[in-house]
Amino acid sequence: MTGNNTNKVKDPLLHIIKRGSIVWWKSALIRVVAILIALVVVALITLVITGQNPIEMYKAMIDGAIGNELRIWNLLQDTALLLVVGLALTLSFKMRFWNIGGQGQIIMGAIAATACMKFLPGKVPDFALYLIMIASALIAGAIWALVPGLFKAFLNTNETLFTLMMNYIALNFAAFLTFRWSKNSGNNVIGILNRKTHAGWFPDIGGEGFVGRSFLLNILIVFVMMLIVFVYLKYSKHGYEISVVGESEKTARYIGINVKKVIIRTVIISGAICGLAGLILVSGVHHTLTTDIEGGRGFTAIIVSWMAHFNPLYMALTSFLIVFLEKGAIQVASSPALNLDDNFANIVTGIIILFIIGCEFFINYKIVFRKRKGGAS
Amino acid sequence: MEHIPALELKNITKKFGSIVANNNVSLSAEKGEILAILGENGSGKTTLMNMISGIYFPDSGQIFINGKEVVISSPKDAFDNGVGMIHQHFKLVDVLTAAENIVLGLDGRFNLKSAVKEVASIAGKYGFDIDPLKKIYEMSVSEKQTVEIIKVLYRNADILILDEPTAVLTPQETDKLFDVLRRMKDEGKTIIIITHKLHEVLSLSDRVAVLRKGEYICTIKTSEANESVLTEAMVGKKISLNIERAEPKDPVDRLIVQDLLCLNREGTPVLQDVSFTARSGEILGIAGIAGSGQRELLEAIAGLQHISSGEITYIDPKTDKHENLRDKTPVQIRQLGVRLSFVPEDRLGMGLVGNMDIVDNMMLRSYGKGKSVFLKRKEPRDLANEIISSLEVVTPSASTPVRRLSGGNVQKVLVGREIASTPTVLMAAYPVRGLDINSSYMIYNLLNQQKSNGVAVIFVGEDLDVLVELCDRIMIIGSGRIAGIVDGRTSTKEQIGLLMTKNVKTHTEKGTEDVSQ
Ligand SMILES: Nc1ncnc2c1ncn2[C@@H]1O[C@H](COP(=O)(O)OP(=O)(O)OP(=O)(O)O)[C@@H](O)[C@H]1O
Ligand SMILES: [Mg+2]
Repeated sequence: MTGNNTNKVKDPLLHIIKRGSIVWWKSALIRVVAILIALVVVALITLVITGQNPIEMYKAMIDGAIGNELRIWNLLQDTALLLVVGLALTLSFKMRFWNIGGQGQIIMGAIAATACMKFLPGKVPDFALYLIMIASALIAGAIWALVPGLFKAFLNTNETLFTLMMNYIALNFAAFLTFRWSKNSGNNVIGILNRKTHAGWFPDIGGEGFVGRSFLLNILIVFVMMLIVFVYLKYSKHGYEISVVGESEKTARYIGINVKKVIIRTVIISGAICGLAGLILVSGVHHTLTTDIEGGRGFTAIIVSWMAHFNPLYMALTSFLIVFLEKGAIQVASSPALNLDDNFANIVTGIIILFIIGCEFFINYKIVFRKRKGGAS
Repeated sequence: MEHIPALELKNITKKFGSIVANNNVSLSAEKGEILAILGENGSGKTTLMNMISGIYFPDSGQIFINGKEVVISSPKDAFDNGVGMIHQHFKLVDVLTAAENIVLGLDGRFNLKSAVKEVASIAGKYGFDIDPLKKIYEMSVSEKQTVEIIKVLYRNADILILDEPTAVLTPQETDKLFDVLRRMKDEGKTIIIITHKLHEVLSLSDRVAVLRKGEYICTIKTSEANESVLTEAMVGKKISLNIERAEPKDPVDRLIVQDLLCLNREGTPVLQDVSFTARSGEILGIAGIAGSGQRELLEAIAGLQHISSGEITYIDPKTDKHENLRDKTPVQIRQLGVRLSFVPEDRLGMGLVGNMDIVDNMMLRSYGKGKSVFLKRKEPRDLANEIISSLEVVTPSASTPVRRLSGGNVQKVLVGREIASTPTVLMAAYPVRGLDINSSYMIYNLLNQQKSNGVAVIFVGEDLDVLVELCDRIMIIGSGRIAGIVDGRTSTKEQIGLLMTKNVKTHTEKGTEDVSQ
């Protein structure tokens, strides 16, 4: 024992403290600051590595995303398409069912819609075509989620791997069908279906002069879906059951929730909404089936859902942000004024998303700099 | 020579937002001393200890170890200063062995073989019972705790802090632990122990430091203390520690269990030949060594455990109809009109959802009522506020997630909810575990209130003193069989203790008869 009371104490400069809770405006402020810092960092990197003018690059990004009215509508539609998949996945995620099979479920919905558009016109009345098409797309997506859901509920198999494998089956199925249904057999292109009759196409809203006429319905469908999912999760008994099952299966059993039923019901809804995304992609956007019609949304939507902490309303923002960056990056890559390729554009998007995810740390934790009273040292 | 304590805290303050968990706390612990920390739920005991072990960092104040001021801002700093803490929730890796867990996280390379040897030698020195090569998932709670303690000793800790180590132990395991702690004290180590059980404080410690609402109150020499002195210091006023046991008012049979047989996953019986009757207006206590089938029994009645054979019959107080509850789900049981409430042992893992707020936890049982697809939050909110005020739950608001509440307050929320549904049968498993004296007595009073309302109360307890004071009849269970049912008014603690450890194998069918009749 030394008993040396005058020993000098080295005091760490800062401490990391977990926050109990945070007021909304503080967390919003942290996020805004994070984006601003990200923009500065990206600007510096651009300047140092490529020698290009970062201001020009940002101009190109903004131009790519909202440069004209058509681009704005495209941006909104793509936001909606990403959001709807995010909504679907969130239902599963809230239940801790890690559905990463959005891709497969979307593709199956798209296949079902395409089949209806290809084979039904002329055979059934128009309104029946729409009903059958909507129903079959939703059911196809639901089945694709239901299969892993059943295995999870009854055999407790790992849903992550299972849903992932289901993606490959759907992808190959789509590849096979684009070959089978191709116009000139063998070239693997189905081509626009019902170009003249528009049978099975979602109707335009507004007249010829309205740029958004073919976009608006898609966006509105998703907007309504967002409100439904929000209310479903927060205010319905089903939503409550999803949270309880997700938090603790033991508690769910204790109060008599039928856990299997909740899992199955929820994955069906989750898959059906992915099927809806497939339907919109075919009937509302592309009017044909291609193997890459899903566009990676099944995976990107995972980020959308997590970044928004599984809140459907916040997800509108996170989808918008990601799509905005994507659109901007494409423009940066193709802008003749800038000598940048899409690799660099992707780096830019990556850095910005990294900052946004990274700032969660500052929302969950507080850093305290310690001022020391002169006494001890 | 000037006197230097092994550990000294000076003016420690810690706030969580607006909550002051510790306010200007100063206390000290000597070398070769066992210091007990006593205080009500939420008085800041765990928070204070967490600051010595590097989990939290004080907002202000100083920590001295052997007279030298130290800064502890991580568990590693704590170990470097010879401080180790055994938390209430163990932090072990399930798939690794005891020895692997013990060396885990140490800097530099280590030799597992020599580690196993050293673990064995530490165990030998202090009298631990441990197999260094056993995997954690194969261990009982008490074995896991042993691993945690050795882990701390392996890192050469001189100051050991234990946060409610006995809450999860049987009396026998507790005795063993205390022997080990006394041996450590003789070795010159400093032991700081948090416990709510006053008899443990009195039998083990040298001095007692009392906290109240985050403030340091006093330190009392154990030799000069008794239960009422300690409670008064803790609560701040004199309270009576008596349980009033009223005579049961016209008891009638409410729940009849006959020849129950339940198997576990491996097909071996966890409950066998269990027969008993719970009556209205009566508290039926269940005593037994932890893990003797108490949990399975309650879960079987609640519809959560598969029954291989036997019957559970509920007698409706209004219609006198006999309902068979066997193999019914909790929902089906409720639909039969059986008002069965159940306070399970695992509060946050089963009875409540930690991440949900108090209001949403109130709805757990009742959300399904009515035809609407939407939730009605008004009633649960009113109920939450009522429970908060009537049971004095300490919480910032009704919309605080229950996981943020201290142990006692979590339990009040759960018991409050279960009682609010005006049950006819109320089952409670270890309802006062981790609760301070005051809250414990509040729970006993609630159970008594239910009894006088004509509820058939089934109370699984571990404290024999309380069981003989509170219960009208006590059923003793051992290895899944009933070792006897005795009258709570005439039987003694010793009698029950004997039945608990009685060899149940030689026990005949006769023993399951109700001897109180
Ligand atoms: N991480 C935290 N965030 C916010 N508040 C906290 C946190 N940890 C503790 N508290 C609050 O600080 C106070 C003291 O809590 P602490 O856990 O230290 O009490 P305790 O004396 O250990 O109680 P118990 O006997 O129930 O274990 C309580 O009011 C508690 O709600
Ligand atoms: Mg504590």
